[in-house]
Amino acid sequence: MANDVQSLQTASKKIRHLGSAKSGVTQARMMHMTSIALMPLTIAFVWILLGLIGKDYAGVHASLGHVVPALVVLLFTGVGIYHMQLGMRTIIEDYIHGRHAKEWSLMANAFFCIGINIACLFAILKVGFSA
Amino acid sequence: MTDTNAGRVSLEAARPLSPHLQVYRPLLTMVMSITHRITGIALYAGTVLLAWFLLALAAGPGPFSIASAVFGSIIGQVILFGFTWALFQHLLGGIRHFVWDMGYGMEHPEREYLALMSAIGGITLAAVVWIIRFLV
Repeated sequence: MANDVQSLQTASKKIRHLGSAKSGVTQARMMHMTSIALMPLTIAFVWILLGLIGKDYAGVHASLGHVVPALVVLLFTGVGIYHMQLGMRTIIEDYIHGRHAKEWSLMANAFFCIGINIACLFAILKVGFSA
Repeated sequence: MTDTNAGRVSLEAARPLSPHLQVYRPLLTMVMSITHRITGIALYAGTVLLAWFLLALAAGPGPFSIASAVFGSIIGQVILFGFTWALFQHLLGGIRHFVWDMGYGMEHPEREYLALMSAIGGITLAAVVWIIRFLV
């Protein structure tokens, strides 16, 4: 590390995850694609939630269990949580510079987002299949 | 030689290396940029509430009544209003970025209008949703 001239690390190894070493552009592209997908999905999601106002458990369960609302909520949580994982990754890369701290933070981010995404997926499918 | 070197070193030490937020006068475009990131972080935390709501619904009437009571309380309603605002503010901030990506709205008057419109739009949309919520 001290003597870069004698380092055997390649340039792409040094900038892994950060530069355009074959994978950097994918993150930006996915951010844009999920953003565009989330524009109509967010409106539809809020619309569905407004339709739940005043309903009891059976009513909410029946409403969200229908095919179209269930699919909209499923797409909103799936795409939205992936989008927020990419966003938090950018924030971590902006502010956390310690080598280990950054890697642990990125891992915690992935665990949280995948966990919450699977939890939402399971919940919506369970409601949908039991409606 | 020694004197000029010493002078250069002390100048470098005194120089602000990376001017950050507190150095600049707050500008609308800058405030909206920060708001975009903060609402993103808030929505990130907010997914815990969304997952809780969906899991409670999947789990049955008992867990759902607990979630309902919490979201229906005054604090719950305030948090949900904040959630609504953050969602719309982040959505409009995203549209602002989309406009920039298409190559428009980066010059002086346009970018100020965009920032102002997203600020007013976010509050307006959140207010409209909650007016509907209380009228229905």
